[in-house]
Amino acid sequence: MASSVQFDLVSPERRLASFPASEVQIPGATGDLTAMEGHAATITSLRPGLLRVVGAEGTKAYVVTGGFAEISATGVSVLAEQAVPLDELTPATLDALVADACEAAAVNPDKDAADKAVADLYAMRAAAGL
Amino acid sequence: MPSLKDLKNRIGSVKNTRKITKAMQMVAAAKLRRAQEAAEAARPFAERMTAVMSALAAGVGTGEGAPKLLAGNGKDQVHLLVVMTSERGLCGGFNSSIVKLARTRANELVAAGKTVKILTVGKKGREQLKRDWGNAFVGHVDLSEVKRVGYANAQAIAREVMAAFEAGEADVVTIFYNRFQSVISQIPTEQQVIPAKFEATGASALYDYEPSEEAILADLLPRGVATQIFTALLENGASEQGARMSAMDNATRNAGDMINKLTIQYNRSRQAAITKELIEIISGAEAL
Repeated sequence: MASSVQFDLVSPERRLASFPASEVQIPGATGDLTAMEGHAATITSLRPGLLRVVGAEGTKAYVVTGGFAEISATGVSVLAEQAVPLDELTPATLDALVADACEAAAVNPDKDAADKAVADLYAMRAAAGL
Repeated sequence: MPSLKDLKNRIGSVKNTRKITKAMQMVAAAKLRRAQEAAEAARPFAERMTAVMSALAAGVGTGEGAPKLLAGNGKDQVHLLVVMTSERGLCGGFNSSIVKLARTRANELVAAGKTVKILTVGKKGREQLKRDWGNAFVGHVDLSEVKRVGYANAQAIAREVMAAFEAGEADVVTIFYNRFQSVISQIPTEQQVIPAKFEATGASALYDYEPSEEAILADLLPRGVATQIFTALLENGASEQGARMSAMDNATRNAGDMINKLTIQYNRSRQAAITKELIEIISGAEAL
């Protein structure tokens, strides 16, 4: 690999992944973005979606529900509220995530944001092919 | 002077106690390891979170228009103390030390003319505080059904705290917990979570923010509160097991000492009884 960035994925409970990657595709709150080596230092919040990491051993995908990502020229750290590797994702877990989001949407005073979170989850479900 | 039979029973019962405390110590040791691992696993997230938030907070400042969770609501009247203790006892001075700190703080605040409200997490602290501060209680979080503290638990507490803050029922929120240092030392700690306090970091790296600095900060601050509470819960969990382990170690040792003492006493009285019988026989024989 010619160039790589250090990729870290941490959730509040544990560190899920940490390896060098050539590119990281991040579901940013205002749109998807891909971080590669030399990317301008950026902090972006995440929307529920798929995080794809292209590393030495192929592409790995994770489902994230929110949080933020810190991008620098040499590293990408994603601090996700909840993160599940895509191959471990079952329809049941996804259903639970959707149920949680719907529940949160019911009590959230900011209706637009909550509805968007739910819609994002449905879009992600379609993208994940489940 | 207890009879031989009494002594024997007593030794038996202390031996049973020793078995129980020994078992509890070993269970605590196993749980401690797990709790420490959990605390360690959560550290990278919390550290990164704090770093990013302090960089952001330094950029946005606490001036006009800053998020309320960061700048406060301009008042300092009602203090909400979140006292985190364990659900179970038999862990030495673990709960007392947290309660003592919280009580001192509450007394200071009341002396300064502030209003104190208390939210308890864990029933042991609630029991200890009930007598003096029972009417300051505003809520209780029961974690007795929770086997393993998760981020969701912390989020639930954070939501409750933030709801109180937003409703104007609290101006300053402080959490009380034991910071784990080692098995024999846990440090009772108080930490202000709302308004958020950060140690001033040096020059912060220049970042682009997407969507905007303010929007990210507004999104992050509630998570920051939850993360701080989560860290506190994990530290508390490790401290509780550590405290229980050393308390049970002491208890086991004390039981051992007691068994030795009782055994000596038992042997002495047995010997005394034998000697007495011998003397009786001999003096009886001599009298003939």
